[in-house]
Amino acid sequence: MKHFVVLNDKSVMVDGVLMQLENQGMAMLNDVYRSKIGDYPKFFKMDALCKVGFVASELLLKAETDGEISQRKAHGTSSRAVLLFNRSGSLNADTKYQATIQEVDNFFPSPAIFVYTLPNIVTGEIAIRNLYYGETNFIVLESMDLHTMAEQIANAFQDNETESVLTGWVDCYDENHFEARMLIINRNENILNELNKITQ
Amino acid sequence: MVVKISDNIVSPLGLTSEENYSAVKAGQSRLSYYEGKWNLPEPFVASLIDRDKIQVDGHYTFFEQIVIKSASAAIAEAGIDSASPRVIFVLSTTKGNVYLLDKRITDFPDDRVLLGVTADVVAKHFGNPNKPVVVSNACISGVCAQIVAMRLLERGAYDYAVVIGADMQSPFIVSGFQSFKALSPEQCKPFDALRRGLNLGEAAATMVLGAKETEGCWKLVRGAIRNDANHISGPSRVGEGSYRALKYVLGDCSADDIAFVNAHGTATLYNDEMESIAVERAGLLDVPVNSLKGYFGHTMGAAGVLESILSMRAIDDNTILPTRGFENLGVTHNVKVSNTIGHTEKKSFIKLLSGFGGCNAALLFRKEELK
Repeated sequence: MKHFVVLNDKSVMVDGVLMQLENQGMAMLNDVYRSKIGDYPKFFKMDALCKVGFVASELLLKAETDGEISQRKAHGTSSRAVLLFNRSGSLNADTKYQATIQEVDNFFPSPAIFVYTLPNIVTGEIAIRNLYYGETNFIVLESMDLHTMAEQIANAFQDNETESVLTGWVDCYDENHFEARMLIINRNENILNELNKITQ
Repeated sequence: MVVKISDNIVSPLGLTSEENYSAVKAGQSRLSYYEGKWNLPEPFVASLIDRDKIQVDGHYTFFEQIVIKSASAAIAEAGIDSASPRVIFVLSTTKGNVYLLDKRITDFPDDRVLLGVTADVVAKHFGNPNKPVVVSNACISGVCAQIVAMRLLERGAYDYAVVIGADMQSPFIVSGFQSFKALSPEQCKPFDALRRGLNLGEAAATMVLGAKETEGCWKLVRGAIRNDANHISGPSRVGEGSYRALKYVLGDCSADDIAFVNAHGTATLYNDEMESIAVERAGLLDVPVNSLKGYFGHTMGAAGVLESILSMRAIDDNTILPTRGFENLGVTHNVKVSNTIGHTEKKSFIKLLSGFGGCNAALLFRKEELK
């Protein structure tokens, strides 16, 4: 069975089934982390975009391996690529960092915030968590365009070592406005058909 | 097979690839010491483009102006129709118009800070009907953008790709790197024992790529992107991703055929050390290694495109460019860092990059005679 995760600031769905959650926004993601993941304290250091992408990837991979986290990270692999897309880039982290340098007399640039001012950090977080040595890439588009995304996913399979791609749309405008649509596409699958499953 | 049809570099050293190559070969750099610049409390050394030298018709940000200036020249040289649906624009940048987040700057719409929106503005300038793709994969974006374009062309999805790498500097980026303690207080010294960090730089560089072998002699042979799966802001201690990318692009190509590895060579302690480990693991210790950061600083999203173009020019000129700023080796493995102009008859080189997020990229180029 093909698994997929669709979440936003108000709801979380795994394989089309809505999770029962009390909070919204970042508080909701923290709840999901505590109830479904819970063994990765680095989560609390992540910026909002990384939290959104990390939670989505964890729920997806849990569904994929029946919850066996140890099983899936036992040994590293370069056969799985991580390729994510969005519109806002790292805007949320960028805005937060800008606030630390906006005023000359209140100037406190923070390396802990600055490191998240690149959208591809979330692909790195997922690679580290799962010991993925394969291709990781981040592509920013003006809007969610399935044709362009399908072309780029097809691209990833032109690397001979890539057998599957963890992919989707992971966007965070600010801490109260975010969404993730994520799935795994395997070599030789119909990419556009698969992508349609996360955009309906 | 994908070939390079034309190229351009807009940088403080010149407005064409030829001007830039000549300046580099002559050992020039515009790395300068800035004190009080942009009201930043700490001084810094950077390579910045003179704002007055770039003028493009229309209401564009400085970032968009350097992108349009560079792309216009490369498109004109290639003689392609940029408005054709068979042409795709691929933009490589890390921070684009991020300076617009400063609340005091109000002459552009808020969404212009989004990379996809600025790329759309550029594609529309050239009348291109396709959705442009922005590769924003930290400091390896310039090589990733070439790999993305290469694959689209190999599959026949488009006939031509305009690959543009660009970044402009601003208080946002400079203060961020300063907070990271990554900047050198003097001109950078890649791979040197006394290296103290990187310098930032500005550039826009463009390559027009095509799928027809008859149109160019520079082939993009194989590219790879690999992750260290280790740390988001520090390179792997064993050079894992970089080694894996090198190994993949080498394929069955012998190290003897490689004229040089044009490394990332940012002159930070950790990057250069990591690259020396990756080069050693890939069996390339006998191959000359150079870095161009001493001429341009670290041009971020432009680096992969700019440094690939200059490396091609160098081989056209049977030359291995020296690593400006390098004197005494300061990395664990005995990599052959070039510090004088060298001669080569070899026709292949590897461009290597690494970036935050644990990502690494390599791309093998080869020159073949036109049929």
